[in-house]
Amino acid sequence: MPSLTSFLFVLVVVLDLLVLASSRLRGAIRTVALQGALLSPLPVLLATGAHQTIHVIALALGALVVKGLVIPGMMLRAMREASIARELEPIVGFVPSLVAGAIGVVAAFTLSGALPLPIAERHALLVPTALATVWTGLLLVVTRRKAVAQVLGFVVLENGVFVFGLLLSDFMPVMVEAGVLLDLFAAVFVMGIVMFQINREFSSLDTRRLSSLRD
Amino acid sequence: MLLPLLVLAPLLLAAVAFALPAARLRPRVLLAGAALHAAGVTVLWVRRPGPTLGGWLAVDAPGLLALSTVSVVFLVCAVYVQGYLAVHPERDNRVFVGSLLVLLAAMTAVSLAQHLGLLWVVIELTTLSTAPLIYFKHDALSLEATWKYLMVCSLGIALALLGTFFLALASAGPGGPRSLLVGELVAGGPALSRPWVRAAFVFLLAGYGTKMGLAPFHAWKPDAYGEAPGVLGALLSGGVTNIAFLALVRVLQVCNAAGEGPFARRSMVGIGLLSMMVAVTFIVGQRDVKRLLAYSSVEHMGILALGVGLGGAASAGAFFHMVNNGLAKSVLFLTAGNIQRAFGSKRVDQIRGAARRLPVSGAAFLAGFLAITGSPPFSPFYSELAILDGALGGRRFVVAALFLVLLAAVFVAMGAAVLRVVQGDPGDAPVPAKFRDAALTAGPPLALMLLVLLLGVWVPRRLLDLFQAAASLVGGAP
Repeated sequence: MPSLTSFLFVLVVVLDLLVLASSRLRGAIRTVALQGALLSPLPVLLATGAHQTIHVIALALGALVVKGLVIPGMMLRAMREASIARELEPIVGFVPSLVAGAIGVVAAFTLSGALPLPIAERHALLVPTALATVWTGLLLVVTRRKAVAQVLGFVVLENGVFVFGLLLSDFMPVMVEAGVLLDLFAAVFVMGIVMFQINREFSSLDTRRLSSLRD
Repeated sequence: MLLPLLVLAPLLLAAVAFALPAARLRPRVLLAGAALHAAGVTVLWVRRPGPTLGGWLAVDAPGLLALSTVSVVFLVCAVYVQGYLAVHPERDNRVFVGSLLVLLAAMTAVSLAQHLGLLWVVIELTTLSTAPLIYFKHDALSLEATWKYLMVCSLGIALALLGTFFLALASAGPGGPRSLLVGELVAGGPALSRPWVRAAFVFLLAGYGTKMGLAPFHAWKPDAYGEAPGVLGALLSGGVTNIAFLALVRVLQVCNAAGEGPFARRSMVGIGLLSMMVAVTFIVGQRDVKRLLAYSSVEHMGILALGVGLGGAASAGAFFHMVNNGLAKSVLFLTAGNIQRAFGSKRVDQIRGAARRLPVSGAAFLAGFLAITGSPPFSPFYSELAILDGALGGRRFVVAALFLVLLAAVFVAMGAAVLRVVQGDPGDAPVPAKFRDAALTAGPPLALMLLVLLLGVWVPRRLLDLFQAAASLVGGAP
């Protein structure tokens, strides 16, 4: 199913740009959830004969549950419990960050053209999609003020790392699964927001307020 | 069997500490863990066991150096914690003691890990286990520091995972080892895909460089060191940053084998000098003692990167400096914690005459400053001299000149702040609490300071051989 896989990759990149452009936090969380869900069938679609079927299906199901449901669900719950305002108020405006995102996509395609894969290619769009998504995640973390929005950026970055990891699933499946540990961080962040109530201490979940420590 | 035990025993004791209902006994568990660990590491010096668990865990020269430093610093800190927690009986020590023991296990695992995937997992564990320790004071500032620490380090960790993936991919070409074991990667070096090794190095340098606190990835450091208890500052600067350096050394080994060594070492020299420059700009006029020490840590991580970047004799000096910086910086953080308690402040302009109010801690703080800025006869002088020697021997005159100028600038800038704190009459400084030097809080840093002095006067032959062996793994001009 090469056309379906290509379609998924393109959709993941489109969702990258959509997250960069969205001004509402809930909408952004749902977009990232959709991205996670779209990524989850990729281990199955890209599987070659060398894979153990159970392994691949477990990876896909795990990604669907964690990236598509658990983490976004936790984030939406954290928003309710810590009563976070819905607007995003980025440090860098939406248009400039969208432009930076688009530049990242172009750079990702150029870079992956310059780095020839040492193994048989799984899909022409895999490496550029991964790099573009990693770039989008970095952009989101750096340019957003709200703690939840930064965590969202981290989740997007993770999605990019996950896509790249699929290249290794043939010969180093353990490493791909180690990537799941990144989700642990995301979970810790969200729990941190609720438990430590950054909200109560700073009266809003705005990381600009986390700025008493400076030189 | 010893190697897995060194990791498992602290973990087991961490579980005991979490389960133990009596708060009074938990610090004792910590002490037991630290003593057991030190005993285990001593055995490693006597009889070095072979690789275990399919080669995933092994002791080599850089690993043993990092592990021994961790063990010494942790033992000293564990004694200090007995006194520290007695000063703060109101704070719940369950999470504190438990996290410290998990951190010890994680740092041990990093020192022994020969598989880059395992290395990544346990480095992540060091990040997770230190977060609750930074938040130990449970106030708004420590929360801010914890959040920044977690956010910045998790980005680093994610980039390091991507770099590790790149390296795995580089090993999968025709004839490649298809493995992440350092030994197999080095053996199959010529078969690695060089563009991917180079890309991997860039990401791993950013990732583990964040953990090490190299500029420009050091954003978490002043906040975390500033707000965490002094004992954690000691463990971060004497343990965690050192083992992150060790992770970069492993990456450098692979880069060398793949023929990307010159590129990697050039980058290390560049980022090392940059870290030293950034540190100097923030040390000048710094008004917070602990943040001052944090920037000093940025500087010394830069010196480590510079040393292995120069290669040869400078690499041996860098490994010596890794030990020296770990010990001396721990002295500074432990005594800075004492000074902060005795004056109720860590601001330079509110502390006066620390040497009078705290004779032992004040003197150790001053000696620690002299040591860390490279004054003889303390050991960091000799390791910095070795790095300078390596730079001159490799005819890198510009690098050597910059190195000297930056060291001198740090000495002057740091000296101004430290002397203000130590000298004078504390008469008019506020007295918040009756905190004075006691055996448990002043003794540990003093013992460590004597060790720094000892290593300046006499370095055992075994240790010198280890520096050479570690340097030969990193490569570069002899």
